[in-house]
Amino acid sequence: MNPGSGTIYTETLIYAAPQQFVADAPYQLVIVALDSGKRLTARIAGERVAIGDAVNFAEYRDGIPFFSKA
Amino acid sequence: MRPVAVIGIGKTAFGAFPDRDLRSLAVEACRKGMQDANVTPSQIEAFYLGNFAGPSFVGQNHLAPYIAGAMDITGVPCTRLEAACASSGSAFFHAVSAVSAGLYDLVLVGGVEKMTSQPTPVVTEILAGAGDMLGEGRAGATFPALFAMIARRHMYRYGTTREQLASVAVKNHANGAKNPQAHMRKVITMEQALAGKPIAEPLTVYDCSLISDGAAAVVIAPLERAGEFTSRHAKILGIAQTSDHVALDEKDDITTFQAVKDAARKAYQMAGVTPQDIQFAELHDCFTIAEIVATEDLGFVKKGEGGPYALDGCTCLNGPRPINTSGGLKSKGHPVGATGVGQICDLVVQLRGEAGERQIARHSLGLAQNLGGSGATAVVTILGAA
Repeated sequence: MNPGSGTIYTETLIYAAPQQFVADAPYQLVIVALDSGKRLTARIAGERVAIGDAVNFAEYRDGIPFFSKA
Repeated sequence: MRPVAVIGIGKTAFGAFPDRDLRSLAVEACRKGMQDANVTPSQIEAFYLGNFAGPSFVGQNHLAPYIAGAMDITGVPCTRLEAACASSGSAFFHAVSAVSAGLYDLVLVGGVEKMTSQPTPVVTEILAGAGDMLGEGRAGATFPALFAMIARRHMYRYGTTREQLASVAVKNHANGAKNPQAHMRKVITMEQALAGKPIAEPLTVYDCSLISDGAAAVVIAPLERAGEFTSRHAKILGIAQTSDHVALDEKDDITTFQAVKDAARKAYQMAGVTPQDIQFAELHDCFTIAEIVATEDLGFVKKGEGGPYALDGCTCLNGPRPINTSGGLKSKGHPVGATGVGQICDLVVQLRGEAGERQIARHSLGLAQNLGGSGATAVVTILGAA
Protein backbone atom coordinates (compact mmCIF):
# COMPACT_ATOMS: atom_id res chain seq x y z
CA MET A 1 0.00 0.00 0.00
CA ASN A 2 1.39 3.40 -0.98
CA PRO A 3 0.88 5.91 1.89
CA GLY A 4 1.25 8.77 -0.61
CA SER A 5 2.68 12.15 0.28
CA GLY A 6 2.54 14.51 3.22
CA THR A 7 4.48 16.98 5.35
CA ILE A 8 6.90 16.47 8.21
CA TYR A 9 5.12 16.83 11.57
CA THR A 10 8.27 16.18 13.60
CA GLU A 11 11.67 14.55 13.19
CA THR A 12 14.88 13.44 14.89
CA LEU A 13 18.27 12.11 13.90
CA ILE A 14 19.05 8.95 15.87
CA TYR A 15 22.66 8.29 16.92
CA ALA A 16 22.07 5.71 19.67
CA ALA A 17 20.20 2.94 17.87
CA PRO A 18 18.63 -0.24 19.15
CA GLN A 19 20.65 -3.41 18.59
CA GLN A 20 18.79 -4.22 15.38
CA PHE A 21 19.60 -0.88 13.70
CA VAL A 22 23.10 -0.11 15.01
CA ALA A 23 24.54 -0.39 11.49
CA ASP A 24 22.08 2.25 10.16
CA ALA A 25 22.97 5.00 12.68
CA PRO A 26 22.79 7.90 12.40
CA TYR A 27 19.40 7.79 10.68
CA GLN A 28 16.49 10.20 10.51
CA LEU A 29 13.13 9.16 11.98
CA VAL A 30 10.05 11.26 11.28
CA ILE A 31 6.32 11.44 11.79
CA VAL A 32 4.68 12.32 8.49
CA ALA A 33 1.30 14.07 8.45
CA LEU A 34 -0.09 12.28 5.42
CA ASP A 35 -2.33 14.07 2.93
CA SER A 36 -4.92 11.41 3.85
CA GLY A 37 -5.13 12.97 7.32
CA LYS A 38 -3.36 10.14 9.20
CA ARG A 39 0.11 10.25 10.69
CA LEU A 40 2.83 7.68 10.05
CA THR A 41 6.20 7.04 11.70
CA ALA A 42 8.75 6.58 8.92
CA ARG A 43 12.38 6.91 7.86
CA ILE A 44 13.94 9.30 5.36
CA ALA A 45 15.89 8.30 2.26
CA GLY A 46 18.33 10.92 0.99
CA GLU A 47 18.39 14.57 2.02
CA ARG A 48 17.57 15.49 5.65
CA VAL A 49 14.17 17.03 6.23
CA ALA A 50 12.75 19.55 8.73
CA ILE A 51 9.29 20.19 10.21
CA GLY A 52 6.96 21.48 7.50
CA ASP A 53 8.88 19.97 4.56
CA ALA A 54 6.81 18.22 1.88
CA VAL A 55 7.73 14.55 1.39
CA ASN A 56 6.72 11.72 -0.94
CA PHE A 57 6.62 8.01 -0.18
CA ALA A 58 9.68 6.33 -1.67
CA GLU A 59 9.63 2.63 -0.81
CA TYR A 60 9.32 -0.05 1.86
CA ARG A 61 12.55 -1.61 3.08
CA ASP A 62 11.99 -4.67 5.29
CA GLY A 63 8.49 -3.38 5.97
CA ILE A 64 9.71 0.10 7.03
CA PRO A 65 8.20 3.02 5.06
CA PHE A 66 10.80 5.42 3.63
CA PHE A 67 9.96 8.94 2.40
CA SER A 68 12.01 11.47 0.42
CA LYS A 69 11.95 15.25 0.25
CA ALA A 70 9.51 16.40 -2.47
CA MET B 1 -13.88 4.72 50.10
CA ARG B 2 -11.61 5.40 53.08
CA PRO B 3 -8.49 7.61 53.26
CA VAL B 4 -5.12 5.85 52.96
CA ALA B 5 -1.68 6.72 54.33
CA VAL B 6 1.92 5.82 53.51
CA ILE B 7 3.29 4.50 56.81
CA GLY B 8 6.73 3.33 55.73
CA ILE B 9 9.27 3.91 52.95
CA GLY B 10 12.40 2.08 51.85
CA LYS B 11 14.83 2.42 48.96
CA THR B 12 18.07 0.94 47.80
CA ALA B 13 20.63 3.27 46.35
CA PHE B 14 20.14 3.62 42.57
CA GLY B 15 23.17 2.84 40.42
CA ALA B 16 25.03 0.13 38.53
CA PHE B 17 25.45 -2.84 40.85
CA PRO B 18 27.04 -5.78 39.00
CA ASP B 19 27.11 -7.88 42.18
CA ARG B 20 23.40 -7.48 42.99
CA ASP B 21 20.52 -9.51 41.52
CA LEU B 22 16.97 -8.25 41.01
CA ARG B 23 15.53 -10.09 43.98
CA SER B 24 18.11 -8.92 46.49
CA LEU B 25 17.48 -5.30 45.48
CA ALA B 26 13.72 -5.67 45.85
CA VAL B 27 14.03 -7.48 49.18
CA GLU B 28 16.35 -4.79 50.56
CA ALA B 29 13.88 -2.01 49.72
CA CYS B 30 10.89 -3.95 51.03
CA ARG B 31 12.59 -4.85 54.32
CA LYS B 32 13.56 -1.20 54.83
CA GLY B 33 9.99 -0.15 54.10
CA MET B 34 8.50 -2.61 56.58
CA GLN B 35 11.09 -1.69 59.21
CA ASP B 36 10.30 2.01 58.72
CA ALA B 37 6.57 1.23 59.14
CA ASN B 38 7.21 -0.93 62.23
CA VAL B 39 5.44 -3.91 60.66
CA THR B 40 6.61 -7.48 60.12
CA PRO B 41 6.24 -9.60 56.96
CA SER B 42 3.58 -11.73 58.69
CA GLN B 43 1.32 -8.66 58.94
CA ILE B 44 1.37 -7.95 55.18
CA GLU B 45 -2.01 -8.79 53.60
CA ALA B 46 -1.08 -8.22 49.94
CA PHE B 47 2.00 -7.42 47.87
CA TYR B 48 1.92 -5.37 44.67
CA LEU B 49 5.09 -5.18 42.56
CA GLY B 50 5.88 -2.80 39.72
CA ASN B 51 8.41 -4.19 37.25
CA PHE B 52 8.76 -3.37 33.57
CA ALA B 53 10.96 -6.01 32.03
CA GLY B 54 12.52 -8.39 34.52
CA PRO B 55 11.86 -11.31 32.16
CA SER B 56 13.79 -9.54 29.36
CA PHE B 57 16.55 -7.98 31.45
CA VAL B 58 17.36 -10.94 33.70
CA GLY B 59 15.25 -13.87 32.46
CA GLN B 60 13.10 -14.15 35.59
CA ASN B 61 9.31 -14.38 35.49
CA HIS B 62 6.73 -14.78 38.26
CA LEU B 63 8.40 -11.98 40.12
CA ALA B 64 5.86 -10.97 42.78
CA PRO B 65 5.70 -14.28 44.72
CA TYR B 66 9.42 -14.81 43.95
CA ILE B 67 10.30 -11.61 45.82
CA ALA B 68 7.63 -11.95 48.52
CA GLY B 69 8.65 -15.53 49.23
CA ALA B 70 12.20 -14.41 49.93
CA MET B 71 10.76 -12.40 52.84
CA ASP B 72 8.54 -15.29 53.99
CA ILE B 73 5.46 -13.49 52.76
CA THR B 74 3.25 -16.31 51.50
CA GLY B 75 -0.43 -17.14 51.52
CA VAL B 76 -1.49 -13.67 50.31
CA PRO B 77 -2.12 -12.16 46.86
CA CYS B 78 1.21 -11.21 45.25
CA THR B 79 0.79 -9.44 41.93
CA ARG B 80 3.18 -7.88 39.39
CA LEU B 81 2.00 -4.91 37.33
CA GLU B 82 3.65 -3.74 34.10
CA ALA B 83 2.99 -0.29 32.68
CA ALA B 84 6.39 0.56 31.17
CA CYS B 85 8.11 3.27 33.26
CA ALA B 86 4.89 3.76 35.26
CA SER B 87 4.87 0.13 36.44
CA SER B 88 5.27 0.87 40.13
CA GLY B 89 3.16 4.03 39.97
CA SER B 90 0.45 1.75 38.67
CA ALA B 91 1.17 -0.86 41.38
CA PHE B 92 0.86 1.92 43.97
CA PHE B 93 -2.43 3.15 42.45
CA HIS B 94 -3.95 -0.33 42.52
CA ALA B 95 -2.72 -1.04 46.05
CA VAL B 96 -4.16 2.26 47.32
CA SER B 97 -7.44 1.50 45.55
CA ALA B 98 -7.65 -1.90 47.26
CA VAL B 99 -6.94 -0.51 50.73
CA SER B 100 -9.30 2.39 50.14
CA ALA B 101 -12.02 -0.04 49.14
CA GLY B 102 -11.50 -2.01 52.34
CA LEU B 103 -10.04 -5.21 50.84
CA TYR B 104 -6.91 -5.04 53.00
CA ASP B 105 -5.34 -2.91 55.73
CA LEU B 106 -1.58 -3.45 55.50
CA VAL B 107 -0.19 -3.66 51.97
CA LEU B 108 3.40 -3.68 50.73
CA VAL B 109 4.12 -2.06 47.36
CA GLY B 110 7.48 -2.55 45.67
CA GLY B 111 9.14 -1.53 42.45
CA VAL B 112 12.34 -2.92 41.00
CA GLU B 113 14.43 -3.01 37.85
CA LYS B 114 17.81 -4.59 37.16
CA MET B 115 19.00 -3.04 33.87
CA THR B 116 22.77 -2.79 33.81
CA SER B 117 23.49 -6.47 33.19
CA GLN B 118 22.73 -5.87 29.49
CA PRO B 119 24.74 -3.76 27.00
CA THR B 120 23.21 -0.39 26.08
CA PRO B 121 21.90 -1.33 22.58
CA VAL B 122 20.05 -4.30 24.12
CA VAL B 123 18.64 -2.08 26.90
CA THR B 124 17.57 0.40 24.21
CA GLU B 125 15.80 -2.37 22.33
CA ILE B 126 14.01 -3.71 25.42
CA LEU B 127 12.87 -0.19 26.36
CA ALA B 128 11.60 0.36 22.80
CA GLY B 129 9.13 -2.42 23.54
CA ALA B 130 7.17 0.10 25.63
CA GLY B 131 6.21 1.68 22.31
CA ASP B 132 4.29 0.24 19.36
CA MET B 133 6.53 -2.48 17.96
CA LEU B 134 4.41 -2.89 14.83
CA GLY B 135 4.76 0.82 13.96
CA GLU B 136 7.30 3.21 15.48
CA GLY B 137 9.38 0.37 16.92
CA ARG B 138 9.67 -1.44 13.60
CA ALA B 139 10.75 1.81 11.94
CA GLY B 140 13.69 2.07 14.36
CA ALA B 141 12.33 4.38 17.06
CA THR B 142 14.06 4.45 20.43
CA PHE B 143 12.66 6.12 23.54
CA PRO B 144 15.15 8.98 23.26
CA ALA B 145 13.97 9.37 19.63
CA LEU B 146 10.29 9.56 20.61
CA PHE B 147 11.02 12.26 23.20
CA ALA B 148 13.38 13.99 20.75
CA MET B 149 10.44 14.25 18.33
CA ILE B 150 8.30 15.65 21.16
CA ALA B 151 11.06 18.17 21.91
CA ARG B 152 11.38 19.19 18.24
CA ARG B 153 7.66 19.84 17.98
CA HIS B 154 7.63 21.73 21.30
CA MET B 155 10.54 23.89 20.13
CA TYR B 156 8.81 24.50 16.78
CA ARG B 157 5.47 25.41 18.31
CA TYR B 158 6.46 27.27 21.48
CA GLY B 159 10.02 28.43 20.82
CA THR B 160 11.46 26.19 23.52
CA THR B 161 15.27 26.31 23.41
CA ARG B 162 18.20 23.94 23.93
CA GLU B 163 19.24 26.07 26.92
CA GLN B 164 15.83 25.60 28.53
CA LEU B 165 16.06 21.82 28.07
CA ALA B 166 19.60 21.75 29.44
CA SER B 167 18.60 23.82 32.48
CA VAL B 168 16.47 20.88 33.66
CA ALA B 169 19.52 18.60 33.59
CA VAL B 170 21.74 21.15 35.33
CA LYS B 171 19.18 21.66 38.12
CA ASN B 172 18.48 17.95 38.61
CA HIS B 173 22.17 17.10 38.76
CA ALA B 174 22.69 19.86 41.35
CA ASN B 175 19.98 18.24 43.49
CA GLY B 176 21.16 14.69 42.90
CA ALA B 177 24.70 15.60 43.91
CA LYS B 178 23.27 16.18 47.40
CA ASN B 179 21.37 12.86 47.48
CA PRO B 180 23.47 10.04 48.97
CA GLN B 181 21.30 7.44 47.17
CA ALA B 182 21.57 9.02 43.69
CA HIS B 183 23.18 7.16 40.78
CA MET B 184 25.19 10.07 39.34
CA ARG B 185 26.16 12.48 42.11
CA LYS B 186 27.81 14.94 39.76
CA VAL B 187 27.18 18.65 39.26
CA ILE B 188 27.15 19.60 35.58
CA THR B 189 27.40 23.02 33.94
CA MET B 190 25.20 24.48 31.22
CA GLU B 191 28.20 24.34 28.85
CA GLN B 192 28.66 20.61 29.50
CA ALA B 193 24.96 19.90 29.08
CA LEU B 194 24.83 21.72 25.75
CA ALA B 195 27.96 20.00 24.43
CA GLY B 196 26.93 16.44 25.32
CA LYS B 197 27.22 13.55 22.89
CA PRO B 198 24.15 13.48 20.61
CA ILE B 199 21.72 10.61 21.30
CA ALA B 200 18.71 11.65 19.17
CA GLU B 201 18.72 15.27 18.00
CA PRO B 202 18.04 17.65 19.68
CA LEU B 203 18.68 15.51 22.79
CA THR B 204 22.20 14.84 24.03
CA VAL B 205 23.31 12.35 26.62
CA TYR B 206 22.67 15.02 29.28
CA ASP B 207 18.99 15.23 28.30
CA CYS B 208 18.50 11.51 28.97
CA SER B 209 17.90 9.75 32.28
CA LEU B 210 20.19 6.97 33.42
CA ILE B 211 20.15 3.21 32.96
CA SER B 212 20.09 2.03 36.57
CA ASP B 213 19.56 -0.84 38.96
CA GLY B 214 17.46 -0.23 42.05
CA ALA B 215 14.33 -0.82 44.08
CA ALA B 216 11.87 1.11 46.20
CA ALA B 217 9.02 0.12 48.51
CA VAL B 218 6.28 1.61 50.65
CA VAL B 219 3.82 0.21 53.17
CA ILE B 220 0.32 1.65 53.09
CA ALA B 221 -2.56 1.41 55.55
CA PRO B 222 -5.92 3.04 56.25
CA LEU B 223 -5.30 6.57 57.58
CA GLU B 224 -7.33 5.79 60.70
CA ARG B 225 -4.85 3.04 61.62
CA ALA B 226 -1.63 4.89 60.69
CA GLY B 227 -1.08 6.09 64.26
CA GLU B 228 -0.81 2.47 65.47
CA PHE B 229 2.45 2.14 63.54
CA THR B 230 4.06 5.58 63.16
CA SER B 231 3.74 9.31 63.67
CA ARG B 232 5.70 9.99 60.47
CA HIS B 233 3.07 8.88 57.95
CA ALA B 234 1.94 10.81 54.87
CA LYS B 235 -1.67 11.21 53.76
CA ILE B 236 -2.62 10.18 50.24
CA LEU B 237 -4.89 13.11 49.42
CA GLY B 238 -5.44 12.40 45.72
CA ILE B 239 -4.43 9.71 43.23
CA ALA B 240 -5.40 8.81 39.67
CA GLN B 241 -4.14 6.63 36.84
CA THR B 242 -5.21 7.22 33.24
CA SER B 243 -4.23 6.10 29.75
CA ASP B 244 -3.76 7.23 26.16
CA HIS B 245 -2.67 5.66 22.85
CA VAL B 246 0.70 3.89 22.97
CA ALA B 247 2.02 5.05 19.58
CA LEU B 248 3.20 8.65 19.37
CA ASP B 249 1.79 9.02 15.85
CA GLU B 250 -1.71 8.24 17.16
CA LYS B 251 -1.77 11.25 19.50
CA ASP B 252 -3.40 14.47 18.29
CA ASP B 253 -0.84 16.77 19.92
CA ILE B 254 2.51 15.32 20.96
CA THR B 255 3.52 18.46 22.89
CA THR B 256 1.13 17.48 25.66
CA PHE B 257 0.52 14.27 27.61
CA GLN B 258 -3.26 13.99 27.69
CA ALA B 259 -3.09 11.13 30.22
CA VAL B 260 -1.14 13.38 32.61
CA LYS B 261 -3.70 16.16 32.22
CA ASP B 262 -6.54 13.72 32.87
CA ALA B 263 -4.86 12.09 35.89
CA ALA B 264 -3.94 15.49 37.32
CA ARG B 265 -7.48 16.82 37.01
CA LYS B 266 -8.84 13.79 38.88
CA ALA B 267 -6.15 13.88 41.57
CA TYR B 268 -6.58 17.63 42.19
CA GLN B 269 -10.33 17.14 42.46
CA MET B 270 -9.96 14.24 44.88
CA ALA B 271 -7.52 16.22 47.04
CA GLY B 272 -9.54 19.42 46.83
CA VAL B 273 -6.50 21.46 45.82
CA THR B 274 -5.41 23.48 42.78
CA PRO B 275 -2.12 23.29 40.88
CA GLN B 276 -0.99 26.51 42.54
CA ASP B 277 -1.34 24.90 45.99
CA ILE B 278 1.31 22.27 45.18
CA GLN B 279 4.52 23.24 46.99
CA PHE B 280 6.94 20.74 45.46
CA ALA B 281 6.90 17.82 43.06
CA GLU B 282 8.72 14.75 41.82
CA LEU B 283 8.18 14.70 38.05
CA HIS B 284 9.01 12.02 35.49
CA ASP B 285 12.07 13.56 33.82
CA CYS B 286 12.97 10.52 31.73
CA PHE B 287 14.15 13.22 29.30
CA THR B 288 14.52 16.94 30.01
CA ILE B 289 11.63 17.79 27.68
CA ALA B 290 9.37 15.49 29.72
CA GLU B 291 9.81 17.60 32.87
CA ILE B 292 9.04 20.77 30.90
CA VAL B 293 5.89 19.28 29.36
CA ALA B 294 4.81 17.91 32.77
CA THR B 295 4.99 21.35 34.42
CA GLU B 296 2.57 22.54 31.73
CA ASP B 297 0.22 19.53 31.81
CA LEU B 298 0.01 19.67 35.62
CA GLY B 299 -1.06 23.30 35.41
CA PHE B 300 1.99 24.77 37.17
CA VAL B 301 2.38 27.07 34.14
CA LYS B 302 0.43 27.77 30.96
CA LYS B 303 1.00 25.61 27.87
CA GLY B 304 4.24 26.58 26.17
CA GLU B 305 5.72 28.32 29.22
CA GLY B 306 7.47 25.28 30.68
CA GLY B 307 10.79 26.14 29.03
CA PRO B 308 11.17 29.65 30.48
CA TYR B 309 9.83 28.33 33.82
CA ALA B 310 12.70 25.82 33.96
CA LEU B 311 15.41 28.24 32.88
CA ASP B 312 14.28 31.00 35.26
CA GLY B 313 15.14 28.89 38.31
CA CYS B 314 11.55 28.64 39.58
CA THR B 315 11.99 24.90 40.13
CA CYS B 316 15.36 24.95 41.96
CA LEU B 317 15.72 23.85 45.59
CA ASN B 318 15.33 27.45 46.78
CA GLY B 319 12.82 28.42 44.08
CA PRO B 320 9.10 28.99 44.61
CA ARG B 321 8.21 25.39 43.59
CA PRO B 322 11.13 22.94 43.82
CA ILE B 323 10.92 20.07 41.34
CA ASN B 324 12.83 16.81 41.65
CA THR B 325 14.65 17.60 44.87
CA SER B 326 15.82 13.96 44.72
CA GLY B 327 17.77 14.64 41.53
CA GLY B 328 15.00 13.16 39.39
CA LEU B 329 15.40 10.31 36.96
CA LYS B 330 18.22 12.32 35.39
CA SER B 331 20.62 12.22 38.32
CA LYS B 332 19.04 9.95 40.94
CA GLY B 333 18.68 7.25 38.28
CA HIS B 334 15.83 5.49 36.50
CA PRO B 335 15.50 1.77 37.26
CA VAL B 336 12.22 1.98 35.39
CA GLY B 337 10.10 -0.40 37.47
CA ALA B 338 11.24 1.27 40.71
CA THR B 339 10.67 4.86 39.64
CA GLY B 340 7.00 5.36 40.56
CA VAL B 341 7.29 4.08 44.12
CA GLY B 342 10.69 5.77 44.39
CA GLN B 343 9.00 9.12 43.71
CA ILE B 344 6.52 8.44 46.55
CA CYS B 345 9.45 7.72 48.91
CA ASP B 346 11.14 10.96 47.80
CA LEU B 347 8.00 12.99 48.50
CA VAL B 348 7.62 11.42 51.95
CA VAL B 349 11.22 12.24 52.87
CA GLN B 350 10.50 15.94 52.18
CA LEU B 351 7.09 15.83 53.90
CA ARG B 352 8.77 14.46 57.04
CA GLY B 353 11.50 17.10 56.89
CA GLU B 354 14.18 14.42 56.63
CA ALA B 355 15.84 15.46 53.34
CA GLY B 356 19.02 16.82 54.95
CA GLU B 357 20.80 19.42 52.85
CA ARG B 358 18.10 19.01 50.17
CA GLN B 359 15.31 19.87 52.61
CA ILE B 360 13.02 22.58 51.29
CA ALA B 361 11.24 25.23 53.36
CA ARG B 362 7.61 24.60 52.37
CA HIS B 363 7.03 20.86 52.48
CA SER B 364 3.49 20.01 53.53
CA LEU B 365 1.91 19.34 50.09
CA GLY B 366 3.71 17.47 47.30
CA LEU B 367 2.84 15.84 43.98
CA ALA B 368 4.34 12.89 42.10
CA GLN B 369 3.86 12.29 38.36
CA ASN B 370 4.88 8.94 36.85
CA LEU B 371 4.75 8.43 33.08
CA GLY B 372 4.72 5.18 31.12
CA GLY B 373 6.10 5.02 27.59
CA SER B 374 5.57 8.18 25.59
CA GLY B 375 2.49 8.95 27.68
CA ALA B 376 0.20 5.92 27.38
CA THR B 377 0.05 5.54 31.17
CA ALA B 378 0.13 8.34 33.72
CA VAL B 379 -0.19 8.22 37.49
CA VAL B 380 -0.50 11.41 39.55
CA THR B 381 -0.40 11.29 43.35
CA ILE B 382 -0.83 14.15 45.83
CA LEU B 383 0.56 13.61 49.34
CA GLY B 384 0.14 15.71 52.45
CA ALA B 385 2.12 15.77 55.69
CA ALA B 386 0.74 13.91 58.70
